[in-house]
Amino acid sequence: MKDKYDIIVVGAGPAGSITARTCAEGGLDVLLIEKRQEIGDPVRCAEGVSREGLKKHIEPDDRWIAAKVKGSKIIAPDGTEIRMSEDASSQKAGYTLERKVFDRALAQHAASAGAEVMVKTRASGLLHSNGAVNGIKAVYMGDTREIKADIIIGADGVESKVGKWGGIDTTMKPVDIESGAQFLVSNIEAGEYSKFYLGGEYAPGGYLWLFPKGKNTANVGLGILGSKSEKGMALLLLRKFIEKHMPQAKILEMVVGGVPVSGPIEKTATDGLLLVGDAARQSDPLTGGGIINAMDAGKIAGEVCIKAREAGDYSMKTLKEYEDRWRATIGKNMSASLKVKNMLLKFTDDQLNNLAHSLEGEDVSKMTLPALLKVLVIKNPRMLWELRY
Amino acid sequence: MSVNVNRLKCGYCGACVGVCPVGALELIETWIEVENTCTECGICVKICPVGSLEIL
Ligand SMILES: Cc1cc2nc3c(=O)[nH]c(=O)nc-3n(C[C@H](O)[C@H](O)[C@H](O)COP(=O)(O)OP(=O)(O)OC[C@H]3O[C@@H](n4cnc5c(N)ncnc54)[C@H](O)[C@@H]3O)c2cc1C
Repeated sequence: MKDKYDIIVVGAGPAGSITARTCAEGGLDVLLIEKRQEIGDPVRCAEGVSREGLKKHIEPDDRWIAAKVKGSKIIAPDGTEIRMSEDASSQKAGYTLERKVFDRALAQHAASAGAEVMVKTRASGLLHSNGAVNGIKAVYMGDTREIKADIIIGADGVESKVGKWGGIDTTMKPVDIESGAQFLVSNIEAGEYSKFYLGGEYAPGGYLWLFPKGKNTANVGLGILGSKSEKGMALLLLRKFIEKHMPQAKILEMVVGGVPVSGPIEKTATDGLLLVGDAARQSDPLTGGGIINAMDAGKIAGEVCIKAREAGDYSMKTLKEYEDRWRATIGKNMSASLKVKNMLLKFTDDQLNNLAHSLEGEDVSKMTLPALLKVLVIKNPRMLWELRY
Repeated sequence: MSVNVNRLKCGYCGACVGVCPVGALELIETWIEVENTCTECGICVKICPVGSLEIL
C-alpha cells in the first residue's frame, strides 16, 4: 500500500469494483478497499438480475450463475398469476447469481486491470484540504493510516458513512428503506420463474420473492417497508410463510439486509468525492434491485474520474458530469419506479387482485415491467391516473 | 442514552446504520458500535430485520 493514489474506492461490492476496474483500465492508479475479510460474504441480496443488464458489464460465467430463469411471475394476493419478462430470443431472461463468487470475480477484474485491492481494511474518516476531500483514514488490523487520493469513491453500501463524512446527508427515513430477510431453502420445487408475491399478508409495503437457485433450492425472502415494520418483523413473517407454504423446506442459509427505496437523493457528489451504488441510494425503489444500477453508476463514475484526471480538476466542475449522467439514465427509471411504488402502497389487497384480473386474456409474457404498467394504465384508467405525467 | 444490540441475534447487515439520523451507529467487523450521540429515537429498532436492537 502506498501513501497516495489517484483514486481510492471504499467498498468492494458491484459499485466499487466496477468503478475501480473502469478507472484502472483508464490508466489511473487505484486503491480498492473492503472492510470485510472476504469480499462478497456475508451476502445481503436475493441475487436476481436481468441477463441484459448484466451483459453490459461482464460476460455471464457459469462459475457465478446459480440458475437461469425463464421470466417472472407476479402473484396477486388471491393467487392470480401474471407471467412476464420472458425473453423470446434466448429462453432465458435472467439469472440468480452466486454473489459470493460474483463479487469476488468483479474485484478480480479490477485487480487484473491494475487496481490494488486491500481487504479487512475499513475507511474510518476522510481527509480534507481547502474544503475538498483528498484522502481517507483507513484501519487495517487495528492500525490507522492516512492515505491520500485526488478522488474518493464512496461505494460503501447501505451502511455508507463516506457521504456523511463528506457533508452529504444520505440518511434514509423509515419510508426510504425495505427491511429484508431471506432463507436459502432446499427440498422445494423451485420452478423456472422468479416469483413475486404481493399482499399485506406476505410483506406490508413490499413483496415476498422466490428466486430459483437450482432445481430444488431457492432464495425465499421478503422486504417490508421501514415505515410499516416493527421490531424483527421481517424474519417473523418469513418464518410464518415458510411454515405455512413450504413446511418441508430445509434452511441452508439466512440473509438479512436493508434495501434503499428512496428514489434519487439530492446530492451524490462533492469536491473530490463521488457516491455510487447503495451508498448513493441508487437501487430501484419498486423492485429493490440494485446490482445493475450499482454497476451502471460505477461505470459512469469511473469514466468521469478519468476525465477529471485528464483535466487535472477534481472539483464539482468536472465531477458534476457524474450527477448529470446517472440522473439522466438510472435516475430517470428510479423516479418512474418511485411513482409506482407510492401508488401500490395505497392499494388494498382487493385492488391489487382487481388489477391482476384486468389482465385476463392479455398476453403480457414478453413484456418488461414498464410495458406491463402501460397496459395496466390502459385497462384501469381510474385506478392508475396518478401515474400519468 | 443508548440502544442495546444483541450480538447473538445481529446479522451485521448495516440496515440500522443507514437509518440512524445522528450517525451514532457503525458496523465494524461483525458487530454494531453505538456512540453516545444516540438519541434513543427507536428507528433502528423497527428497521432491524431480526429484532436485535432494543432501547433500554
Ligand atoms: C435482502 C436483499 C435482497 C436483495 N435482492 C436483490 C436482487 O435480487 N437483485 C438486485 O439487483 N439487488 C438486490 N438487492 C440489492 C443489492 O444487494 C444492492 O443494491 C447491491 O449489493 C449494491 O451494491 P453496492 O456495491 O452499492 O453495495 P454492497 O454490495 O453493499 O457493497 C458495499 C461494500 O462496502 C463495504 N464497506 C462498507 N463500509 C465500508 C468502510 N467503511 N470501509 C471499507 N469497506 C466498507 C461493505 O463491506 C460492502 O462489501 C438486495 C438487497 C437486500 C438487502
